[in-house]
Formats: sequence, structure tokens, C-alpha cells
Amino acid sequence: MDIAAAALAGDRRALSRLLSWVENGTVAGHAALAQLFPQTGEAHVVGITGAPGAGKSTLVNQLAREIRERGQKLAIVAVDPTSPYSGGALLGDRLRMRALSTDTGVFMRSMASRGDAGGMAHATRDVVSVLDAVGYPLILVETVGAGQSQVEVACMAHTVVLVEAPGMGDDIQALKAGLMEIADIIVVNKADKPEARQTVRALQSVRPGMRSEGHHRVSVREEKQVAAEVATGWEVPILQTSALENRGLEELLAALEAHRDFLKESGQWRARLQENARAEVESWLQRHLLALLADEVGEARLTAVVDTVRRRENDPASAAQELLAAILAAAGGAR
Amino acid sequence: MEKKIRVLMAKPGLDGHDRGAKVVARALRDAGMEVIYTGLRQTPVMIAEAALQEDVDVVGLSILSGAHLSLVPRVLEQLRERDMTDVPLIVGGIVPADDIPVLREMGVYEVFGPGTSTQDVVAAINRAMGM
Repeated sequence: MDIAAAALAGDRRALSRLLSWVENGTVAGHAALAQLFPQTGEAHVVGITGAPGAGKSTLVNQLAREIRERGQKLAIVAVDPTSPYSGGALLGDRLRMRALSTDTGVFMRSMASRGDAGGMAHATRDVVSVLDAVGYPLILVETVGAGQSQVEVACMAHTVVLVEAPGMGDDIQALKAGLMEIADIIVVNKADKPEARQTVRALQSVRPGMRSEGHHRVSVREEKQVAAEVATGWEVPILQTSALENRGLEELLAALEAHRDFLKESGQWRARLQENARAEVESWLQRHLLALLADEVGEARLTAVVDTVRRRENDPASAAQELLAAILAAAGGAR
Repeated sequence: MEKKIRVLMAKPGLDGHDRGAKVVARALRDAGMEVIYTGLRQTPVMIAEAALQEDVDVVGLSILSGAHLSLVPRVLEQLRERDMTDVPLIVGGIVPADDIPVLREMGVYEVFGPGTSTQDVVAAINRAMGM
């Protein structure tokens, strides 16, 4: 039995190994993913994002427990940052997952962000696809502690939960573009703290603006589409949770389900699949182009062209054009 | 993306001192490895299950309680049950010299005591990976 078939048949070691293969971008991993891809598209993928220390891991753990109590299987993908100096990483999300660590109904995988954000999104998407294919109906993707503009999670999730902690900024922060705009559900975590009410009020004061722009992800590329979807009709709920008081989880779970149902009934589930499919194809195309550049043009010539830009003899856009022409010529010659 | 060495760092048993484990975890990170840190009071089942889900290349245990002779066989057994006998197990902590060959005999790849340089741990993992 090959690895994809073994993973589908419920072999968790095979699944785990396969996740490494796709994360590392191996040829065998791509082949297995190609085999599994027809079985994907069923899972509800939920992105959990927010600032470092907002309590994402703890919230994910508690949410997972609540889901397990209802007897549903789920997978968790938790991403922590890679050191830009050593390339290593300390992945600590399991620290908060103790209660679930022996429950075979939960499959949790830690990932390091490794290279660039684009590469990260690529690897995470592939890992999510495998988990989707082998039948996890719900996949929680916990992002690295995000700043204001890390919105890639929206390109793979159906539902984006933004976790805010009390006392982390005034209402002007809330008005800024970025993370706030991609949220489908906003959670004010650590609601046991007295400042929580103020945070909720600040968020509520800006919500009317959010309501009109609604709930979708603003990937820059799709701004037009976003404009067309302005009247989506999903009102972004602002919920309060507290790990300390074990509060608000049922409401959060209900909101996740409501958002999923909303997407399906309004036809936006399909629209998101379409957008995600496009993003995936484009991201592969980018990779192939870069590979072609390496194979057909070569590092030496690339460096030479980059040098002309450094010496200000050529501008970056024209330099890229020149390289593209070289790729096309080489590919044409091969044909 | 290139393959990285993934290491699970766990503390089985009941002693509450994880400073050593954290120092080692950080050294491994600085050596370019991906360290999955699970923290204190892990049971053998928790450790093996995490090793499986995370598809780690190496499992590192920090044991200061003196319970190594009872904990290590149980961790090895749980790894075996999950068909993970190819994953080297490294033990660090306070282990009397007489016990080191016993642990080795059980199948532990390397045992490190107090005063070990973190570079030795990095070197042992690289060696285990055939690097």
C-alpha cells in the first residue's frame, strides 16, 4: 500500500510522515497530494489569528476539548516562527494541549514558519489538504502571533477567528486595516480581566463599518471581488471568552457553525473554494516559474542581472522582464 | 523547502525542574533544528503520541527524578507500539554512571549527565541523523 492509501486507511504514522513530505515539498509528497486531492474540499477550515500572547493556543486547546466532548474528530495545525538567524524553531503549542495529547480523535501538528510568508502559506495549505483528504471534518489552523497585516491565513481558511486580548490598544487600532478586516468572528479573550469590557466596546464602536465590508478576506488581488461582495449579510460577532473561567466556548463553537452554514447557504462556500483554488494554482505557477528561472537561466545570469540593478544601470521591473524573456526563449527552444 | 531535523523534547515523570530541558531546546533551535517542546509531567503515552503526530526524527527526555529505569522502558515500549523503533531516544539528566550501560542496553541512543555541553547534544543528534 502506498503512503496516501495508508493514510486514507487510517494509518496515523503514514499520515504524519506524509505531512512531513508535503511540508518539505518533496516530489513524493506532491505525488501523494495529487492522489489525495480529489477527496479534499469537505473540511471546515478555521484560521485562528491574533497578536502574540492573545491566548490563541489556550483558546484552541479549549475549543478542541469542547468539540471532542461533542464527539467530533478534529485536526489542529499550529504554526510558530522560525528563527531568522539559525533557521531553527521552538514549537511550543503542545504545552497548552496537555489534556488532548492522548486523545486519538485529535491530530495535532506543529509547524515552523520557515522561509517567507508565501512559502509558509503554501506548506500550510498542503498540510491542511492532506488532513482534509483523510477525513478530518474540522481543521483549526493557529497562525504565528500576527501583526496587523499578516492576512495570508484568509487564503486558506473558510472562517477566520481574530483573537484579541484586553488592553492592547484603543479604538484607533481597531479601525486600522489588515487583520481586523479579514475576521469573520472576533473573540475578546481573557474576558475575566476588567479591561475586557472596554475592548469589547471599542470593537463594537467600529463594527458598523465592518458589517458593511463584511466578512471576507481582503487579499489585495481580489479587491474588486470584495467590493462586489460587499453586501454579504454576515454580521461579524464579537464574543468574549475566558480560559480561566472556562467561559464563552459554546458561543464560539456556535458562531463557527453559524458561519459555516451561512457560507454554504449563501453560496460563498463555493466562492471561497474557487478563490482558494485560484490562489493555489497561482502559488504553484510562481514556484514553477522560479524553478524554470533556476534551471533555464541559472544563478550566474540572475546574479549578473541583479548586479545591473544594483549599479543602477537597469531598473528592477525591466530586469525582471529581461529574465522572463530569457525563460520564454529557453522554454521555446526546448519545445 | 529543505528538510529540518525535528526533535521532541519532553519531561516524563513528576519532578518540576525544566530549566535543563529548556536550555537544551534553545541550543537545538540555535543549531537550526525544529524543537517541539511539550513541557512537564508527560506520560509515556503522551510522549509517544506527540512523537508520532509530529513525525520527529529524535526524542529527547529530561529526567532528574531518578526514575529513569522505570520511565525509559515505558517510553520505548510506547514508541515500539507505534512502530517508531527507528526514532532514536536521547536521555539527559541525573543518571548514575552504573545506569548508563543499562539504558543503552534498553535501546537509548545516548545519555547525557550534568555538565554536558549543549554542543555535545547537537553533535549526538547530528550523528544519529547520519550527518
